Amino acid sequence: MELSGAEIVIQALKDEGVEHVFGYPGGAVLHIYDALFQQEAVRHILVRHEQGAAHAADGYARSSGKPGVALVTSGPGATNAVTGIATAYLDSIPLVVISGQVSTPVIGSDAFQEVDMVGITRPCVKHNFLVKNVHELAETIKKAFYVATTGRPGPVVIDIPKDVTDPGIKIPYRYPKAVELRSYRPESKGHRGQIKKAVDMLLTAKRPMIYSGGGVVLGNASEQLTRLTRLLGFPITNTLMGLGSYPSDDQLFVGMLGMHGTYEANMGMHECDVLIAIGARFDDRVTGKIATFCPHAKIIHIDVDPASISKTVSVDVPIVGQVKPVLEVMIELLGENNTKPDRDALDKWWKQINHWRSINCLDYDKKSDKIKPQSVIETLHDVTGGDAFVTSDVGQHQMWAAQYYKFTKPRRWINSGGLGTMGFGLPAAIGVSIANPDAQVACVTGEASILMCIQELATALQYSTPVKVINLNNRYMGMVRQWQEFSYGGRYSHSYMEALPDFIKLAESFGHVGMRIDKPEDVRPALDEAFAMKDRTVFMDFITDDSENVYPMIEAGKGQHEMRLPPGMTTKRELA
Amino acid sequence: MRHIISLLMENEAGALSRVAGLFSARNFNIESLTVAPTHDPTLSRMTIVTRGNDRVIEQITKQLNKLIDVVKLVDLTDSSFLERELMLVKIQAIGEARDEIMRLADIFRSEILDVSPTTLVVEVTGASKKLDAFLAALKKDSVLEVVRSGATGVARGDKALSI
Repeated sequence: MELSGAEIVIQALKDEGVEHVFGYPGGAVLHIYDALFQQEAVRHILVRHEQGAAHAADGYARSSGKPGVALVTSGPGATNAVTGIATAYLDSIPLVVISGQVSTPVIGSDAFQEVDMVGITRPCVKHNFLVKNVHELAETIKKAFYVATTGRPGPVVIDIPKDVTDPGIKIPYRYPKAVELRSYRPESKGHRGQIKKAVDMLLTAKRPMIYSGGGVVLGNASEQLTRLTRLLGFPITNTLMGLGSYPSDDQLFVGMLGMHGTYEANMGMHECDVLIAIGARFDDRVTGKIATFCPHAKIIHIDVDPASISKTVSVDVPIVGQVKPVLEVMIELLGENNTKPDRDALDKWWKQINHWRSINCLDYDKKSDKIKPQSVIETLHDVTGGDAFVTSDVGQHQMWAAQYYKFTKPRRWINSGGLGTMGFGLPAAIGVSIANPDAQVACVTGEASILMCIQELATALQYSTPVKVINLNNRYMGMVRQWQEFSYGGRYSHSYMEALPDFIKLAESFGHVGMRIDKPEDVRPALDEAFAMKDRTVFMDFITDDSENVYPMIEAGKGQHEMRLPPGMTTKRELA
Repeated sequence: MRHIISLLMENEAGALSRVAGLFSARNFNIESLTVAPTHDPTLSRMTIVTRGNDRVIEQITKQLNKLIDVVKLVDLTDSSFLERELMLVKIQAIGEARDEIMRLADIFRSEILDVSPTTLVVEVTGASKKLDAFLAALKKDSVLEVVRSGATGVARGDKALSI
């Protein structure tokens, strides 16, 4: 088979099993778009801004477990995608981003729409390639998918100069079945001796904690995590990225941990004597002040990326390996071990945890005559049966979604945890909907975040992705306002959103349904009505209490045990 | 503590910038860096001199290993090793100072590569400390130019960094 470079790109995507590409055409990728036009196997989703392409491909990947693919042109097309690439990088999401480049003879001459994409993305990709020769194209694409999806996943950029895709030059095409890189050996099942050491340590624990993160989601190891946790009967907390990997309606689940985690999760972390971190990376939003992080604990850490281990927190038993096979061995060794968890100690520990739990730290005023954002999320959970895909933007609404939508399945909670990218939610939701056409998809957002990628409402119409936008509109950049209230004497510097659009008309002008909800009693009927419109995008503008804050909170510089609770709530530090 | 990290990487465009970029992006210290192809033209050998406590050095080696282009890596300072750096120094040398510099060059077993009526160019090779010592022995205002290659090194004995 003889193909041009442009045809090779498309054929390689087909051979890779890619069904959807999110992109936006431009000069440097016109040959590729022409090849795309002449086939039907790879479906192209035209976004309205390249940031949206990267986020949509990201949402597609997070919800499906398959790599997301974006296609953008050179120069501004490429730079627009960078925020989306960095978002995927910080959350280890497998993306392959194909960017056009100016023709090889003019690279470096400041040609029209030229930018050094490989240079710009170097610090925010797992790897990137500049393909200077059409003969290297097929193999490079194979390598890109291999690198993006194996080990600790991440985005890979393939920068392709226009002349490399020249339709006039045809060469024999062969897509490699597999590639090997002598410098990259990502697969690791973990050292059995280390796993055994970890099991022994777990069985000596009197006050254990399981702390698991996004690695469990990425590594498709929810089932193993759930089995291990139940086998041990230990309390488990999830990071923001790990929510859904353990059913949050389970008694052993003590909620999210970290800056806006539950009181019981953070106190449990602080008081535990053995901590097992599974696919989590001791992010600063989790640890709070490092000096007082888990002061009594021996720490076991399972991670596929050796560089994650002992990066910020020293660990006692490191296990480098993919979470799933490591947990399987752990379960097997537990079964063989004659020692059992110390039930008496555990009972005492659970008594203590339940004592912390009893303050009900996520309680809020349910009798308010204003709409409480928390109640919108709880109602959303009810209306969707707890089974929706929920994407979010970044800020207060993100934390409320994480706290109050009790996720019970992995890949259902889709947010920018690492980079914290406002504008992520809507395009990500479109990507989720493309990957899961029959699923309920909600984008929980705020009136500030949603404006950062609002143009994607047009994409939602074109491809009939029935996303329900849950806009928690408090007229503020809420999280900025909250920090200004707590730490800057209430000087609300540029955090109030004046001149907001009429979101109803805005949604309608894009061809969608708009709803405004400003009374608590209307929240449920409105959500029922919106989700009954199965084939429509509905923009729901909830006018919420503008003074509401996210509680509980570990303020900057504080330790896990120094949580700020909602006004009127008191701590229960002492043992039960 | 000073560490010398030696690594093999794919001899490909952009590989050097990945390493250099990693050091600046992660706020790692870099004292010197040298790179050139090896007897296997597909591989380049890089020597990096850096400083940091054990935790920092551990992160540096892990992050370097994580780069897709890095094939193999060793911290030479973990065991016995040889270190060599090359330095060219252009020195103002008039009158009595000329003899003094030539004597000094002799002591350091260095070579005089260029002679002009007013200057000498001296080549000094050795561990970086020796080069520092040579510079310290010179009168400060006599030094016109210092060109150092950065340290390179190799482990002693039969251990070899190869694939």
